Amino acid sequence: MNWLSDFLGTLTSTITDVLPIAAILFGFQLFVLRKRVNHLGQVLVGFLLVLLGLAFFLQGLEEALFPLGKLMAAQLTAPEFLGISQTADELSNNWQHYLWVYLFAFAIGLSTTIAEPSLIAVAIKANQVSGGAVGTWGLRIAVALGVAIGIALGAYRIVTGTPLHYYIITGYVVVLIQTLYCPKAIIALAYDSGGVTTSTVTVPLVAALGLGLSSTIPGRNPMLDGFGLIAFASLFPIMSVMGYAQLSEWLARRARATRAKEEQCISN
Amino acid sequence: MRHFSKALAESIRDLLPIVVVIAFFQLLVFRQPIPDLGNLLFGTLQVVIGLTLFVQGLKMGLFPIGESMAHDFASKGSILWLTLFAFALGFGTTVAEPALIAISDEAARVAAIGGMIAQSEPEMQRYADGLRLTVAVSVGLAIVVGVIRIIKGWPVQYLIMGGYAGVVIMTVFAPPEIIGIAYDSGGVTTSTITVPLVTALGVGLASSIRGRNPMTDGFGLIAFASLTPMIFVMGYGMLL
Repeated sequence: MNWLSDFLGTLTSTITDVLPIAAILFGFQLFVLRKRVNHLGQVLVGFLLVLLGLAFFLQGLEEALFPLGKLMAAQLTAPEFLGISQTADELSNNWQHYLWVYLFAFAIGLSTTIAEPSLIAVAIKANQVSGGAVGTWGLRIAVALGVAIGIALGAYRIVTGTPLHYYIITGYVVVLIQTLYCPKAIIALAYDSGGVTTSTVTVPLVAALGLGLSSTIPGRNPMLDGFGLIAFASLFPIMSVMGYAQLSEWLARRARATRAKEEQCISN
Repeated sequence: MRHFSKALAESIRDLLPIVVVIAFFQLLVFRQPIPDLGNLLFGTLQVVIGLTLFVQGLKMGLFPIGESMAHDFASKGSILWLTLFAFALGFGTTVAEPALIAISDEAARVAAIGGMIAQSEPEMQRYADGLRLTVAVSVGLAIVVGVIRIIKGWPVQYLIMGGYAGVVIMTVFAPPEIIGIAYDSGGVTTSTITVPLVTALGVGLASSIRGRNPMTDGFGLIAFASLTPMIFVMGYGMLL
């Protein structure tokens, strides 16, 4: 009974989130485009499935994964686990202390991104549009690796206390350079993958980790240092997706070159 | 039914990494029992069902309507209505976004502690609401610019680089307390429902307009929507 009322609560808030969007879509469709929606029944069933799906998804996350994930972030950043008894000075020289923190940040970034519904949506679309050239799994793994590296580095930043914008601005420069050399077709998709990684699953867990770390480590202020992990998680996938495109282009070119050489050998 | 069980298997595979990570850290690193295992399994089951339904609904509802509307707007040929629609979609999907509400309340708290605004409840509420509206307007404008880019066929990287330059310049002048929040606000604006719709809109437009390639021109709307909030939030922090 308790579950039912919780679920209905989640469903109601999902509906309130979707309602303005549906109003905009159908309003423009009816009053501006003045056309009937093709396959109206199917579209409405689709909306219903999205609503129900999101409600189940969020409810399950709230009930099970978020509490445990936050508990783990708290255990991980607890002074006893980290063995913090020294002064801040000693700690900043000793970042290896936090090896498990980085590993956890990496693993949680990787695994939550794989399950991120927005990324699944973009991957499906990219696969369709590219005629299968962009694999759904290839893209998702590339993005997930980017998020994982980003969050691990973000955790390192909180531990060492270096200013956020140094990292972000350096990241921009790397993105700029990659853009010049990367296959043109992938650029827009790569930029997009920065924005899709951080929605339902990743943000709460990552935020818990950031706030936990910045409130445990001596000399860090959760208000100033707790933020910024999400920014890392949206910057690094851009690099990893372009990197993935560059790598697969390079591999394809090498394979072509080898094949050409082989053919030459045969004809000789 | 076979289709459904295949979709279900895919969702299980999508969630497996999280389960492995949690089990590994909890059992091997912390050496703690998993609290309330039954509840955890029940919750995971709901997540699996939810993801399956969502992906199915995406293919049946969100993608088709996004694309067919993009196609209809393109054949109607009115740029004014299209930009209005783009703005409404960006603004409307952002202004009520729970993650944004959370982050703007947080920002109001930071601003009050930092002494930028008075430490009173109505003042903080006003600050948070202003910030939320600012972000929503910036996302609306981002989608408008992105749609115009698709129509004109401008390369995406020039606009993004311009945006990055804007972020860097604003970082120099913005108060340090707002920077972390501003950078994070770029990531929270794109919700699970907005992303598929906006992607379908972009791809649909690019495939309906002659001379545009859905791959190179169709994507990029989300990138704009995550870039402009950073600039606008820092601007907001400077003005107030």
